[in-house]
Amino acid sequence: MRALVQFYNSSVGKKLIVGLTGILLIGYLIIHLFGNLLIFRNDCGKAFDTYAEILPQVVIIRTIEIGLFLIFIFHIVTAAYTWLLNKQTRDQNYKVRKPGQTSPLTSRTMFFSGSIVFIFLVVHMRQFWYNSRYEAGEHYSMYEVVKTTFSEPVYGIFYLIAMFLLGFHLRHGFQSAFQTFGLRDKTYAPIIEWCGIIFWLLIPLGFASMPLFFLLNF
Amino acid sequence: MNFTLKIWRQHDRNSKGKFVEYKASDISPDMSFLEMLDAVNRDLAKKNEDIIAFDHDCREGICGSCGLYISGRAHGPQRGVTTCELRMRHFHDGETIVVEPWRAKAFPVIKDLIVDRTAFDRVIQSGGYISVDTGSTPEASSIPIPKANAEEAMDAAACIGCGACVAVCKNSSAMLFMSAKVSQLALLPQGHAERKIRVQRMVHQMDKEGFGHCSNTYACEQECPKKISVAHITRMNREFIRAAFW
Ligand code: FES
Repeated sequence: MRALVQFYNSSVGKKLIVGLTGILLIGYLIIHLFGNLLIFRNDCGKAFDTYAEILPQVVIIRTIEIGLFLIFIFHIVTAAYTWLLNKQTRDQNYKVRKPGQTSPLTSRTMFFSGSIVFIFLVVHMRQFWYNSRYEAGEHYSMYEVVKTTFSEPVYGIFYLIAMFLLGFHLRHGFQSAFQTFGLRDKTYAPIIEWCGIIFWLLIPLGFASMPLFFLLNF
Repeated sequence: MNFTLKIWRQHDRNSKGKFVEYKASDISPDMSFLEMLDAVNRDLAKKNEDIIAFDHDCREGICGSCGLYISGRAHGPQRGVTTCELRMRHFHDGETIVVEPWRAKAFPVIKDLIVDRTAFDRVIQSGGYISVDTGSTPEASSIPIPKANAEEAMDAAACIGCGACVAVCKNSSAMLFMSAKVSQLALLPQGHAERKIRVQRMVHQMDKEGFGHCSNTYACEQECPKKISVAHITRMNREFIRAAFW
């Protein structure tokens, strides 16, 4: 236990926690996306509704939910804590700075992109998860809820912006996690870079396709 | 060439500093940045004014004492050079150049542009060595080391401890500096016996000195005058995990 506390207290240890929880979270994104793609089946949402109905009844899903929630808390709390500590390492900043010449924007804005994604998540959970779990009546159609929500321009556009920032967050986050795990060496760096495209480009695009679909009234 | 300089002046550790403007005139484009500062100091001395204090020693890019933050870049705009190697031809005639000391809590300003970098010494003292009596020079090939490892260890050993990595890092992290030593010794058989305790002690000391957490922006690699790669940070992370878990 002492070793674990020591590990968490060290700078490298904290980063490992952020990286590890981050990777677990994006693992969930894949499952989430594949389930949701049922929405595009040409059956007026039947398949999607059945999927949404069965999902909460599976015990393992409930367990995963709790796990996910804990992982989230760990990711956010640890990342925010390191961000705060990092803020304190320089009491006087430079008069002239040219950060754009030495590092990518995505790497310098992780706290910002993460915060917006977090706000999005709260709204998102309230809208879909909470409503379907605790306020659903007899004839609750998830498909209808998704359709009406996404057809609302304000929400749809908010969703699109959040997905853009999610991609932005993962553009840096994915490879950064592997760097922290000590795996991003010369051999693996290109592979990690390519696999990263799935996470920072394809998955956010997949999620963004849903509000786009309803916004554009297909 | 002529320049307007905005230079950070600070009397000592505890006083508040400020920027002061100076003119540097008739500067040859072949002068190094430090020679240009020498010229300014000569004028100041003639006028009996307090000269600008800056750190320097070898003036050939090997001692690592000359770090300055020049118009928003550590060691100026050129890649792979120290401030003493930077030539004035890389600036435009008439340009205004802002010169600041490294800024990090772990590197307090001593005077003007000189900072206290002894935090680095303490990080090295905490584990950047091997504890054996080396005796007289051994036979060169008595310990076989693969060529690739020897090369990589040599690249890491090129670190001159100037502190540009900390200076440019948005988190004032010393990971590139510390990892270069961990990586160098982990690559060589002589370093293996103490690899576990070394990485733990060095990370611990680095945190204790008040350097920040690395967030992998890789700016350090861009500003390092010896172009030390962040691959050494990767190896150091691996060493740290290995030391913690098996
Ligand atoms: S004075 Fe020695 S490296 Fe510049």
